[in-house]
Amino acid sequence: MSIELKNISYTYMPKTPFERLALDDISITIPEGKITAIAGHTGSGKSTLIQHFNGLLKPNKGTILVDGVDISKKNSEAKAARRKVGIVFQYPEYQLFEETIAKDIAFGPANIGCSEEETMERVKQAMAFVNLDYDKYAHRSPFQLSGGQKRRAAIAGILALQPKYLVLDEPTAGLDPKGRESLMEKFRKFHKERDITIVLISHNMDNIASYADNVIILNKGKVTLEATPEEAFSQKELISEAGLELPEVKSIMNELARNGLDIQNEAFTMDKAVQEIIEALRRKGKC
Amino acid sequence: MLTDITLGQYFPGNSPIHNIDARVKIVLLFIYIVAVFLFDNRINYGIMTAGAVGVVLLSGLPLGTVLKSIKPLWWIILFSFGIHLFSTPGEPIFKVWNFAMTKEGIIQGFIISLRLVLMIAVSSLLMFTTSPLKLTDALESLMSPLKKIGFPAHELAMMMTIAMRFIPTLLEETDKIIKAQQSRGSDIGDGNFLQRAKGMIPVLVPLFISAFRRADELAIAMEARCYQGGVDRTRMKQQRLHDIDFWAGGIFGVFLISLIVVQFVL
Repeated sequence: MSIELKNISYTYMPKTPFERLALDDISITIPEGKITAIAGHTGSGKSTLIQHFNGLLKPNKGTILVDGVDISKKNSEAKAARRKVGIVFQYPEYQLFEETIAKDIAFGPANIGCSEEETMERVKQAMAFVNLDYDKYAHRSPFQLSGGQKRRAAIAGILALQPKYLVLDEPTAGLDPKGRESLMEKFRKFHKERDITIVLISHNMDNIASYADNVIILNKGKVTLEATPEEAFSQKELISEAGLELPEVKSIMNELARNGLDIQNEAFTMDKAVQEIIEALRRKGKC
Repeated sequence: MLTDITLGQYFPGNSPIHNIDARVKIVLLFIYIVAVFLFDNRINYGIMTAGAVGVVLLSGLPLGTVLKSIKPLWWIILFSFGIHLFSTPGEPIFKVWNFAMTKEGIIQGFIISLRLVLMIAVSSLLMFTTSPLKLTDALESLMSPLKKIGFPAHELAMMMTIAMRFIPTLLEETDKIIKAQQSRGSDIGDGNFLQRAKGMIPVLVPLFISAFRRADELAIAMEARCYQGGVDRTRMKQQRLHDIDFWAGGIFGVFLISLIVVQFVL
């Protein structure tokens, strides 16, 4: 099953002088069990788009199916479908509000009607997943944490809802490189162990290169590309037209190829690139 | 969505009314309101209404928008109309228990309502045609003579400017937080009063924290750029009077003189 968007259009402030078309006839599919990246320049409609996945915004036109259920309906089936999608917004640490971390993480499960034991269990699991030691942190105030820890506590609040589809809007914005990598690794682990579908919103193409199975590129409210990373990164013009840059590794490889090194030029992650370069040098007989 | 609300009421435009210096507009508005309550000649009411309608037409705003601004005060107008209806002595038309509705009462009620409507409509027009920033600048400049007696005119204007600057930002932030909490299964705005009040906590706590954080950051940013309050501050946009302001003053003068003539000579 999957999240399917059919001909979605959305306009901000319709019928006012400030009217703006944010999404223009978008049809995409987020396949289950994969990591799908949505990339686009600022203002391309990424954040608007993901708010449709769990019904926070209702499209002016079009339908959204989560596992085949139209989420715009008002019945309990549609509500259950909306709850399959968990969204981690940009800077999620700004939504913390409870006295203790454990209480804050428990907010979600309690809202959807989990029993006390169930909630407790989920809180422990979620904290373990984001590397916050339960005994040490559960009863501290979330506002005493460092920035990175706050971010992880807030993410745990969404993980505790145990969504089938996890949507991450720029999850690593504002973190240092080390924190960025460890957080992304956690999501990858989560994805593998729990078989969770992840939607990653980012304009960091290096992140997308290392993690995504699929890439969707948005430009001015339209989908300009829906492809595997290999295909996507070979279309340099399309990517720069959307205001994005190739992953650093890919640009280096492009330069090497342009300067006459006989590489396959398919790699866009560090490990594969190193391999390709070694192979090329071997063929040249220099290694 | 919360950000759909237009605050500050300002409608950008390029009409003569938009272009008049905000200080001139405030002063003329003030005189106009005093005039509305001072002159009680029937011809004068006609002239003043015509003046108000003329200014609205000149501003290029739809008449309906300006009339809509009266809506929040509709009950006050109705109430004062009712009071005058029954409390003015004169020739009774209709009697309810001890209270008599008089012919003079009807006229007096109409006059009071007209005064209120004129006052609100013209004041709203000032808000509709002047950007909040220009308005506070004008207020600061008009209040600056009071600085001599220790009145903090600059600080007050600065506070107003900052407050207004952050209304859209905080609205946007509220919208974001509401959506984030809704994604965590909270039903904000559902249930009875107590449940709804409880539902506000997950929104208000983060909102307050972020408001304080922003205030802190802004204070540091201003200090880092050596902001020092009103002492010897120069401005990038000097407020100067232009031809249009003298024209506005002149036309208003003619208007005022004709009111005085009608009132005392005729």
